[in-house]
Amino acid sequence: MRQMSGAQMVCEAIIAEGVKTVFGYPGGAIMHVYDEIYKQKGFKHILNRHEQASVHAADGYARATGEVGVAMVTSGPGFTNAVTGLATAYMDSIPLVVISGQVPTSLIGTDGFQEIDAVGISRPCTKHNFLVRSLEELPRILKEAFYIARSGRPGPVLVDIPKDITVAIGMFEYPNRVEIPTYKPTYKGNAKQIEKAVRAIKDAKKPLLYIGGGVVLSNAYEEVRALAEKTQIPVVETLMARGVMGANSPLLIGMLGMHGSYASNMAMSETDLVISLGARFDDRVTGKLSEFAKYADIIHVDIDAANIGKLVDVDYPIVGDVKQVLEVMLPQLDGVETERYEAWRKILRRYDELHPLSYVDSNEVIKPQWVIERVGELVGKDAIITSDVGQHQMWAAQHYPFDRPRQWINSGGLGTMGFGFPAAMGAKMAFPDKTVINVTGDGSILMNMQELVTAAEYKIPVINLILNNHFLGMVRQWQTFFYEKRYSETDLSFQPNWKALAEACGGIGYDITTKEEFDTALKDAIKQDKVCFMNVAVDRFEDVLPMVPAGGALFNMLLPKTEKSDGEA
Amino acid sequence: MQNNVNERRVISVIVKNESSVLARVTALFAGRGYNIESLTVAPIPNSDMSHMSIETNGSAKVMEQITKQLHKLIPVYKVIEHEEMIEKEMVLAKFPIAENLSDISVLSAAYNGGVVNVGKEMIIVMVADEPKRIKHFIDAAQRYNPVEIIRGGVVAIER
Ligand SMILES: Cc1ncc(C[n+]2csc(CCOP(=O)(O)OP(=O)(O)O)c2C)c(N)n1
Repeated sequence: MRQMSGAQMVCEAIIAEGVKTVFGYPGGAIMHVYDEIYKQKGFKHILNRHEQASVHAADGYARATGEVGVAMVTSGPGFTNAVTGLATAYMDSIPLVVISGQVPTSLIGTDGFQEIDAVGISRPCTKHNFLVRSLEELPRILKEAFYIARSGRPGPVLVDIPKDITVAIGMFEYPNRVEIPTYKPTYKGNAKQIEKAVRAIKDAKKPLLYIGGGVVLSNAYEEVRALAEKTQIPVVETLMARGVMGANSPLLIGMLGMHGSYASNMAMSETDLVISLGARFDDRVTGKLSEFAKYADIIHVDIDAANIGKLVDVDYPIVGDVKQVLEVMLPQLDGVETERYEAWRKILRRYDELHPLSYVDSNEVIKPQWVIERVGELVGKDAIITSDVGQHQMWAAQHYPFDRPRQWINSGGLGTMGFGFPAAMGAKMAFPDKTVINVTGDGSILMNMQELVTAAEYKIPVINLILNNHFLGMVRQWQTFFYEKRYSETDLSFQPNWKALAEACGGIGYDITTKEEFDTALKDAIKQDKVCFMNVAVDRFEDVLPMVPAGGALFNMLLPKTEKSDGEA
Repeated sequence: MQNNVNERRVISVIVKNESSVLARVTALFAGRGYNIESLTVAPIPNSDMSHMSIETNGSAKVMEQITKQLHKLIPVYKVIEHEEMIEKEMVLAKFPIAENLSDISVLSAAYNGGVVNVGKEMIIVMVADEPKRIKHFIDAAQRYNPVEIIRGGVVAIER
């Protein structure tokens, strides 16, 4: 027990939780905490140039490490700027603690200067939130915030602290235990249900492992790989699970969903048993629900009971942590006849040969897919790849040879443009020795470009790889397909001088129009200790394919034109 | 209960008695597009919990989601989807004194109630009964030109 201010308690809790980097932005209501940050040495604070970027950076840090990320903002506009960050983390179940200043207790409810109802606004986009009402409850709330953020299905937690509570002095002891009688996540799957699921697997002829982001969150990739290995059941990954199997796995069919591979989407359409691990049947994955996995029974393992049966009817529901469930399941699959599924594997191999993920390369203009493949060849396993939202994100997900989970960091659930750059900074802070590349578009990058200044100041040398098509490309693609090429407000022909922009903020810029220039620039960028913009001019009208039109059945894909096909399936 | 048929349902939610817990529950209903027909809430004696009775409607699938989503809220301790329940609703009704007082008195007695206040111009009665019978009471009361009728919302307890 020591006597200290509420502000000091906040710092002590952050240190006790082992957080090494905090991202934030000061202001009136949180100034006492910043005063304590100035005095302490337990963690580093990064001053982003916008609160949204602070939360995304903490989020990138959390996704790269698996630990809780921390961001700090002031009341009012500081908090509202952070909301997109909270929502982004919420949709992808990322553990964050965001600390916001609030007007003094006596002013709450009076429309005071920079007062906003932070717990009210953030209720639907946080796992939980707290408005601290007294100094006495502050240590407990801080402890609970970290616990709630990382336990069960993880998520962001907001702690809103009125200014007077940060000033007040009281006794501090950081609790070493958490006791919340109303919150008891289920980790262990029901043994009987697991047995039934095992029997279903042994009886199936065309089983399919459907792997989602929950596998990454639960750090269960070794168990998933072991399961696939042992049973020789083919695997499809969602956007959030890229890297779980590793690009070289012979059992990995590919990514499924709206921009999934032909074989993956056909696998889902023809399987007789879906084994869903930490996936949540998002509409971008399932396409038309009534046609989704129409011939299959479904095993659904999820730590969140509310995910089970929400969209599809499930035959074998298992509420629990994927890792723990698989630890029980694996030994029960001893002696499973892997030959049983050989005919099925053959069908899928055939589908993949029929319509592999492909594009037509060119010598005139750089194809965006080529850029991704080339980055894969040059840095492959060693890099962490983040992305913004749009075509570039899908090309990265499709074509990068991901080798492990947490190597691929993107906003899947909310689809937040502007996420990639700050998230890359967070990942780089956690892994300074790794090359971190944000694959982005000429639209998205501008949504948090002020972070050039932050990254330059703190020497956070992340590479922003801009696949520049002079369009809001993904929206342009929909306009091409579904709006008779009326390119309403998507033409970005008016461009900044990217090189000069990066340099003006203390970074490096590369303007790239040939493959040779690209190689030289990337190699140079990796060596530099400065943040950079690599502005790569790519084919303006390249489309992301395959594509399942929104609301259509997974097996109805628009395919790339090749010698063998005219692009219909 | 059929899968896609909308049905009236009453659920009890036991929550930690703390500020903003009611807002969390109602915001969940609003945000996910679920209906609330009536809601009552009060502390549970000798505990730090409160009991909410929520009258809602939806298909079996929607009810399952409501239950699971409620359960995910951190201060929610328990969610009971009532099957075998006793439910009651209380009603206060105000009539002009000029109406037939003995009729009104008999009527309220028939619905487990009685006269609770008689003033210079108004008489007030209270009844407490099953929700279905409460509807009958309200229909019957119309003959006596009620000035105001206030329903208390359903409270339910599992048998
Ligand atoms: C904050 C935000 N606003 C709008 C959108 C809708 N949106 C999705 S993709 C996209 C275009 C992205 O353009 P760009 O970053 O240039 O990437 P490209 O698709 O060209 O690769 C837009 C506007 C979004 N996802 N996020």
